[in-house]
Amino acid sequence: MSAPANTRERTSFLLSVLSNPMGLIAALILLAMVLVAIFAPLIAPFEPNAVQIFKVNAAPGNGYLLGGDGSGRDIFSRLVYGARNTFLGALVAVTVAGVLGVTGGLFAGYYGKTFDTVSGWIADGLMALPAIIVLLALFQALGSSIYLSMAVFGVMLSPGFFRLTRNLVRGVKHELYIDAARVAGLSDIRIILRHILLVIRAPVVIQVSIVAGIAIVIQAGLEFLGLGDSNVPTWGGMLQDAFANLYVAPKSVYWPGLAISFTVASLVLLANAIRDRMQRGDAAPRAAKLPPAPTSVTAPLPADKDALLQVQDLVVGYPDRAGWKPVVKGVSLTLKRGEIFGLVGESGSGKTQTAFSVLGLLSTGGRVLSGSIRFDGDEITGLSEAQRHALRGKRIAYVPQEPMSNLDPSFKIGFQLVEPMVTVLGISKAEAKARALQLLARVGLPDPERVFRSYPHEISGGMAQRVLIAGAVSCNPDLLIADEPTTALDVTVQMEVLELMRDLQAEFGMSIILVTHNFGVVADMCDTVAVMKDGQIVETASADALFADPQHDYTKMLLGSVLEDPETRSYRAPEESAA
Amino acid sequence: MIGYLLKRAGFGLALLIVMSTITFFLVFSGTERVAANILGDNASDADIAALTTELGIDRPMLVQYGEWMGGALTGDLGRAWTTPGSVTEILARRLPVTLSIVGTAVVVMALVSAVLGITAAVRGGWADRLIQLVSVIGFAIPNFWLGLMLVVLFALNLRLLPATGYVSFSTSPLGWLAAVTLPVTALVLGGIASASQQVRGAVIDALSQDYVRTLRARGVRSASILYRHALRNAMPAALTVLSVQFIALLGGAAIIERVFAIPGLGELTVRSAIVGDVPVLMGVVVAMIIVVILVNMVIDVVNAWVNPKVRLK
Repeated sequence: MSAPANTRERTSFLLSVLSNPMGLIAALILLAMVLVAIFAPLIAPFEPNAVQIFKVNAAPGNGYLLGGDGSGRDIFSRLVYGARNTFLGALVAVTVAGVLGVTGGLFAGYYGKTFDTVSGWIADGLMALPAIIVLLALFQALGSSIYLSMAVFGVMLSPGFFRLTRNLVRGVKHELYIDAARVAGLSDIRIILRHILLVIRAPVVIQVSIVAGIAIVIQAGLEFLGLGDSNVPTWGGMLQDAFANLYVAPKSVYWPGLAISFTVASLVLLANAIRDRMQRGDAAPRAAKLPPAPTSVTAPLPADKDALLQVQDLVVGYPDRAGWKPVVKGVSLTLKRGEIFGLVGESGSGKTQTAFSVLGLLSTGGRVLSGSIRFDGDEITGLSEAQRHALRGKRIAYVPQEPMSNLDPSFKIGFQLVEPMVTVLGISKAEAKARALQLLARVGLPDPERVFRSYPHEISGGMAQRVLIAGAVSCNPDLLIADEPTTALDVTVQMEVLELMRDLQAEFGMSIILVTHNFGVVADMCDTVAVMKDGQIVETASADALFADPQHDYTKMLLGSVLEDPETRSYRAPEESAA
Repeated sequence: MIGYLLKRAGFGLALLIVMSTITFFLVFSGTERVAANILGDNASDADIAALTTELGIDRPMLVQYGEWMGGALTGDLGRAWTTPGSVTEILARRLPVTLSIVGTAVVVMALVSAVLGITAAVRGGWADRLIQLVSVIGFAIPNFWLGLMLVVLFALNLRLLPATGYVSFSTSPLGWLAAVTLPVTALVLGGIASASQQVRGAVIDALSQDYVRTLRARGVRSASILYRHALRNAMPAALTVLSVQFIALLGGAAIIERVFAIPGLGELTVRSAIVGDVPVLMGVVVAMIIVVILVNMVIDVVNAWVNPKVRLK
């Protein structure tokens, strides 16, 4: 990355933060405050400590813009001078916290080991006590200089920077470009300076904003308690004076508090604007700004008695910055009763999204934009969420890809089997338990009682997948949608699970949609196959016909790659299933 | 489980000894002016020297430390320098006051943050924007200034609630409620600002897990998915927030007690800091560390109870 490009990128980042109205307002307020602090002698009409004895607790007027304080000093002038001390104090705290925390975090994250452990303990220790209590306890040792107190406070704030930096560094440490830099012979220091600081820059700026806000509030708190130099005009000190005169001149408490609040709010809003800018890359616009989702225009096919599921011209889209981005683009398929239907394609081809739209479980934001889904003769795209809910579990079931992440880690397996049965079938808990134990035995688990009592992390991936299959068939569904059900499993377990699904299909008289990228699985299991590419079905045929005589070039290419390298993309991550 | 608790307790004890040792050397290194401070401007040098000897602060630090730690291990934290009575007695009188305020604040904060955070996570839209507004306001308004404004509004103008003072719950529950309402309100806003955001994040995170889709596919009701499954899994994150916020509230109470003239630990700390009553300050630090450790242990137990992975470790 060349230097000019870097500068331009930084400038445009800054500009886009400022193009956010909140960010701009916050930056302007802060700029104004800093200017006031710098040019305080030019702005303040009076010396901050100049006393006019007849203006003690005076109302605004007679030259005192906001009135006089408890000693007859001009509140407005003290407010202006107070900005100086506030910003300097915050600067001291932020500098100490930032330098200590970021340096420590870089070392702990980059080198790990003992330094990481020990500095983690120190960070924990520093956060175990309320900072203000520590600062109070050290008051006699530190003396009345607020800057010394703020430096100590900076030490106590450093864990925030430390944790942030450490976690960010650990996150990027094993990225390929860092490895590449290391292989290229760059020294650690160069790598840290060139690559890692780039990653942590924006989060650290956000943290600086937040910590500056905290520092300003705590500093004012200490001064309010009387732990500052009474000759220096400070916002906290002014609040102390206003507090002492609360019954005489209650309005004096407004101004210093407003000054603190506006400053701190500006810092937070600026931090939010930077955060929003950082997250904007993947964020979708609000639903209100999207064009309305187009509604179904195609007339659905007439109901076919032999078909359990008829999908016609299905379009599924997700919102992005430009509007609706289709991921499924006009898919049509017909699933006969008792059939196993393979939906094959590369990842990103839209096969999983097609399956989820049949379940009515698209991820957040996703929507069926047009087309028709007819289940057992009835159109289901227009149904309410409650009506879709009534179908799920009872008539349409789902077996996921990744067994471990699809069981709730906080509940025992027994509960996770019993709860849906009680809800969907309306049977008692005891009946559901008996049925769950039968099913666990049926899916080939040797000790159903033990599995029933176990938590998900206590069983293997293969066992977990059997549990999920047991759960899916527990309410006698007509249609089972299996999304890559064997991809995450050991090779040996894969065959057993497929066999189990085939047996259950015959036993329960289900139809199955099997989403997979694995032609071996297709050949083994499926009656009919549809090949998907880029959101569309390019070819549908019986499994035998597809393997014997593929029509579409893409199908030929996929089949060809399987023949050249039968292991391609299958049998991924056996170690996960061992967990 | 018991082994786990013993381990946590041992870790807490180690933390207590290390932290109190560090604090001792920091705090006792600033005692040169203390005798003069206590005696005031008119004291003679001889008087100051006599008091310095009487307090024992002319001896080497290590000797003072040995004496203090020896006493501390048997529950004797020494005598206060500027008020009559032993430090332990003073703390026993002050601590319940602070804990009743901080404890109430923690409960209020947890309830409000849970409701706000869950609503924002599930509903989005207006609830999301409300929570963002609350988080900026809560962060930007210092709790003691809010306290002052509440006093001006409710005590001076509307005359609804007392501006200052404290009534213990056992004396008069209603009097206690009236006394703590304004301080607790002033104290919790900042905590709610921070905690509700984090509850929102934890719930959104839990709801986006794979098993939530699978549970929905099984026909489990949305209410059960949210309140039973998602909340249970969001609990560890929420409990961590609670333990961080508890410490923040303890600190906040120090200033709030000053505003409302509540005779708690915070008010004691401020007064002792200004006059330099070092044994009392040490006592306050020790008491706070113990409270923080105990609260964290309770949180660990709850965490182990909700989270089977922790429990089995």
